[in-house]
Amino acid sequence: MTDRLRLGYVPLTDAATLIIAQELGFAAEEGLALDLVRVDSWAQSRDLLGTGALDAAHMLVPMPIAQSLGLGPAYPAFDLLMILSQGGQAIAVSKAIEERLRDQGHDFDFHDPIAARDALERAHSGVLRVGVPFPFSTHAELVRHWLQNTPLSARLQVHTVPPPQMADALASGEVDAFCVGEPWASFAVERGVGALLLPGRAIWAAAPEKGLVTTRAFADTRPEATGRLMRALWRAGRWLDRPGNRGTAAEILSRADYLNLSPELCERGLLGRLHVTSTGELRDFPDFIRFHAEGATFPWRSIAAMMGAWMAARHGLDPGAAAAKAAECFRTDLYRRHLREAGAHLPGASARIEGAMRAPTQVAAEQGRMILGADAFFDGHVFDPAFPTR
Amino acid sequence: MERLSIIVVERDRDRALKIVDGLRASGDHLVTVIAEETGLARRIAEQQPDIVLIDVADPSRDVLEELALVSGPLERPVAMFVDRSDEQLTRAAIEAGVSAYVVDGLHTDRIKPILDAAIARFHMFRKMRAELAATKAALEERKIIDRAKAILMKARGIDEEAAYALLRKTAMDQKRRVADIAQQLVMAAGLLT
Repeated sequence: MTDRLRLGYVPLTDAATLIIAQELGFAAEEGLALDLVRVDSWAQSRDLLGTGALDAAHMLVPMPIAQSLGLGPAYPAFDLLMILSQGGQAIAVSKAIEERLRDQGHDFDFHDPIAARDALERAHSGVLRVGVPFPFSTHAELVRHWLQNTPLSARLQVHTVPPPQMADALASGEVDAFCVGEPWASFAVERGVGALLLPGRAIWAAAPEKGLVTTRAFADTRPEATGRLMRALWRAGRWLDRPGNRGTAAEILSRADYLNLSPELCERGLLGRLHVTSTGELRDFPDFIRFHAEGATFPWRSIAAMMGAWMAARHGLDPGAAAAKAAECFRTDLYRRHLREAGAHLPGASARIEGAMRAPTQVAAEQGRMILGADAFFDGHVFDPAFPTR
Repeated sequence: MERLSIIVVERDRDRALKIVDGLRASGDHLVTVIAEETGLARRIAEQQPDIVLIDVADPSRDVLEELALVSGPLERPVAMFVDRSDEQLTRAAIEAGVSAYVVDGLHTDRIKPILDAAIARFHMFRKMRAELAATKAALEERKIIDRAKAILMKARGIDEEAAYALLRKTAMDQKRRVADIAQQLVMAAGLLT
């Protein structure tokens, strides 16, 4: 029997997992017919999922956490079943800041968060307005984390700007900088309105970006369809992380019914080869975006706890209680149940000390051992889920 | 009772006017339209409205979400949130395509007539949009069929009736729509000339 599912996505490079699952037949192999529904705002995606108009959605990782902390509309509980991508974001600065940075001798190396931050502090006085796609986004967390404990953090104002409007906001001076998912950072460079300063993964090597989100009721009452969907997306992610496939992915994503931008523009982030300035200076950042490799899709409860504690601290909630509550919406149990048969490596634990690995590391798995990718923060930050308030 | 201040975020002027009419008919409110996305958050914060109405699918909605949150110490808090006073009403609104942000503490009795009026207007728009799309598609197909008929008449020296009969027979044989066959013929003819 074929299951028909309505799946929401926001047109971004990291929607590739859903689009590839559909276009290359990974969904059909699982007996799934997907209706990919394009949505133009994160709030809309949340509302459609919350009211049952979507079965599942490609969503910013912090969104189900915010819902579980009561920071959104009163909808049935949302759960994150698997991470769909890590990284894929870039921080860009306005033309004016780019010029001052250049005058100071900054080399736009696209790798060193400390050098970039110190240079930015010297190049920009007064309030620093940074655009992010949504109040609850990895982008917002990355920007805040990058600047915390520096003089810039006192001058920081984070503003929400829809990704397709980011370039305009930078050009018109609504914001001084932004952090956005590809292809919208490259789009701004192409328009000649800004320069790229850093990739998200330079700040946090394992920055989880999008996740597969359903209502808890859906995941628990339709295990068959949930399992099929997770396996189809997991295999699409594996295909995306195989060398040589990213160019094809860019061609498919660039089509009018998906991103409707040139394949060349869509390719930059996927290949980790970005033009950082409009004069075409190229920088390579291997694994700029990751869909599968080195345990990238495992929904660590400790990630939810850490992000929950951060968000709680900003919204006047108790961080300890929030960490515990947030951890419940990352469904490591369903990940294990549904992806075991597909052959996914399953770590021996469901929570870990976040930020502890500077390099890929071998850890205990359900069967034998597995390799997890680096997850360190540039500043050595660690989060121990046993002590969420420290 | 104090007048409610309502902001409608809508780029399309005709749509905006119709929504405003609907809202005014539902009570004596102060209704303002914002048609530009630039500086949306700032404009709304300045006006301090009681209710903001916006199309569910408007990309600028995420900007409003920011206002819905208790802001940081540097930002001026505007305590608005997605209406959660009445679950059924919220659902009906989203299904109709409208989303409402409501100032903290506003009573459900005051929100309901406004949302009802907005929902009615949005239902009307949806119907109009569907009708418009259907009419446009039909017109396009008619044009293509006319061109295909003209091509056949010229190439085969037959009259209009015979040309249409030929198109229809081909469509039936191929189990396709007449418009699809006409489209193919027009494209092929374009390649040959």
